[in-house]
Amino acid sequence: MTGRLLCAALLAGVTAAVAVAADPASSTPPRVVVGAKKFTESAVLAELMAQVLEAHTDARIERVVNLAGTRVCFDALRSGGLDLYAEYTGTGLRDILDETRDVGGAAAVYALVSETFRSRFDLVWLAPFGFDNTYVLMMRPARAAELSIQQLSDLAAHPLRYGMSHEFNERPDGMPGLRRAYALDEVSTVGMEHDLAYQALAEGAIDVSDGYSTDAKIVAFNLQVLHDDKHFFPPYEAAPLARADLFSRVPGSEAALRLLAGRIDAATMRRLNFAVESERRTPADVAATLLRELGLAQREIAAAPTATGFWSLLWQRRWETLRLTGQHLVLTGVAVLAAVLVGVPLGIAASRRPRLSTLALSAAGIAQTIPSIALLAFMLPWFGIGVRPAIAALFLYGLLPILRNTVAGLRGVDAQLLEVGRGLGMAPRDLLWRVELPLAAPVLLAGVRTAAVISVGTATLAAFIGAGGLGDPIVTGLSTTNTDLVLSGALPAAALAMLVDAALYGVERAATPRGLKLPS
Amino acid sequence: MIDLEAVRRVYPDGFVALHDLTLRIAAGTTLALVGPSGCGKTTTLKLINRLLTPSSGRVLIEGHDAAAQDPIALRRRMGWVVQEAGLFPHLTAQANVEIVPTLLGWDAARRARRAAELLELVGLDPRQHAGRYPAQLSGGQRQRVGLARALAVDPPILLMDEPFGALDPLTRRRLQEEFRALQARLAKTVVLVTHDVGEACYLADRIAVLDAGRLVQIGTPEQLRAAPASDFVAAFLHRQPGAT
Repeated sequence: MTGRLLCAALLAGVTAAVAVAADPASSTPPRVVVGAKKFTESAVLAELMAQVLEAHTDARIERVVNLAGTRVCFDALRSGGLDLYAEYTGTGLRDILDETRDVGGAAAVYALVSETFRSRFDLVWLAPFGFDNTYVLMMRPARAAELSIQQLSDLAAHPLRYGMSHEFNERPDGMPGLRRAYALDEVSTVGMEHDLAYQALAEGAIDVSDGYSTDAKIVAFNLQVLHDDKHFFPPYEAAPLARADLFSRVPGSEAALRLLAGRIDAATMRRLNFAVESERRTPADVAATLLRELGLAQREIAAAPTATGFWSLLWQRRWETLRLTGQHLVLTGVAVLAAVLVGVPLGIAASRRPRLSTLALSAAGIAQTIPSIALLAFMLPWFGIGVRPAIAALFLYGLLPILRNTVAGLRGVDAQLLEVGRGLGMAPRDLLWRVELPLAAPVLLAGVRTAAVISVGTATLAAFIGAGGLGDPIVTGLSTTNTDLVLSGALPAAALAMLVDAALYGVERAATPRGLKLPS
Repeated sequence: MIDLEAVRRVYPDGFVALHDLTLRIAAGTTLALVGPSGCGKTTTLKLINRLLTPSSGRVLIEGHDAAAQDPIALRRRMGWVVQEAGLFPHLTAQANVEIVPTLLGWDAARRARRAAELLELVGLDPRQHAGRYPAQLSGGQRQRVGLARALAVDPPILLMDEPFGALDPLTRRRLQEEFRALQARLAKTVVLVTHDVGEACYLADRIAVLDAGRLVQIGTPEQLRAAPASDFVAAFLHRQPGAT
């Protein structure tokens, strides 16, 4: 009985929180949502698709970038939260379809995924962009020339130092398979962080390392890519992956997207990634430049003046930061308010019934132990991507401190005072409002403060599921190794957490009855 | 007038806190309940204002069965004074006194007038003490506020549980004297729980001696002194020489 009550209360809270944050109804021009995973290439491809659609259809395009990964994008696409994003055929094959067999070359993989996605998910793979972002092995050109190494089968003849990323060392389609395919059994490898491997390679500390074929760092460090002459690595061709209903809903959208087919080769993609990561240009600007070069769209995107140094970047982004701060406050504000509206009444009920109290506290405790990213991911099947799942997850996080402190605050009220109140003729309601809640207020509000500060911190992760907020520049900055950009989100977020903490401390002090602050 | 008719109180574990207690407290008189700790004094008091319910037997208030009445309305007709006053720490002296009037919906001006009147009645200067919090008052002052709070809506009955127990001897003596004078004017029906026989003799018209949940003897202080019903009563009276 109490269990069902608890579930109902929780559900009511989540639903209420989500209803408040519901999107405005879509208007006449069809709305298309383009998604991107949290790395540069995905964001650039999303911009290319978005701008091509803007130039050739009347659709209103929304971008949801920095999504946590394949699962989030794919689920959002199926549930309608996204209309399209750029995916890799190899990922579709291995990660989504769980197909481990060797299917064949690029054309065979593309044919298989496009047929299976169509029939199983009603999703469409359009023609690939024209590059394959698969694993590659790289060397310094000078070193390769010295040993006259051009392709992977040349490696076995030389004793070389291999520094490989940890993941590549472990994956069956990484180093273990490579050893068999190219007779590299004798080779010993050192596992290292991907970013450090580039550095080590450039400095000559190692001779060979692994990377992705379109990594901007291949350009940045001027490295030579070795030809996979035995076609060991599976193809990872990038292509637009879209909901089938997009093309009927937005006339001309399919034709528009097809304009990109085969137009971007690996060198071009590498150049675009380099422009974002090393030249600090925005994906929108980089995409617009390419579309002009290709004659596919004429739009000018004001190139963001390259900020010299952290402070000018901060100043340059001030309005954007303000907007993101607003989003951040809405996310946390709605979630904490909902948690108060559910947590306090639930706490009051729980403080009177020990069994309900145990149940409610352990349920809220379990929600608390789920890692933030996982909790956000759990919300996706119910709420899609965007603001709603973020609010639902933040609501669940806020519930425990509020619930626990409400119960603790009420239990801490002197039992003799309660008896005196009853003896004076106070009804239970009078007792609650005039005695229990005022006396429990400091502890209760400390719980709200904890919930709010946790919420402000956790909300930075909401960027991974497309909810925006100050996490956006953090995630973008992390994926492009732009520390200044990370800080432009992290510092305001930290400041916000401190401000919220201080403001709620003020509320807590103000709400503490004066009679309780006096030394007795 | 309060009547207890064969009131028994048994706890869930089978412990009998009160064995078929029958006694009458006439209107306008003071009855003291005395006896060692755990004898059932406070239980009796809480049975009268329905903080506890009799396991069997009846409590009659002015001839009406208390069990048939709304407990909240019933309690508002009985002032309630406890040891160390039991003031609400988050409310000022005035707000503590105004609690029952507030519950009854009196307007602010009427409440304030009444609070000032009562604080004066119990010997406090309203201008000086009305705005103070319990933490800012001395033990004796708190006890006076507690008494004023109990008298706020002029209830015919006053229930007092060790009201002067936590005070130093001098303050206790002064408050006892003042209460006696007050009671002479107000003529409430008072039930006073105390373990202090001297206090009982000084303030009460009649004394009921309880032991282990049973009424051992009831009578005026003089009757008890002259003819203690048992060695227990004699010893109890003797152990705590009377204040009068």
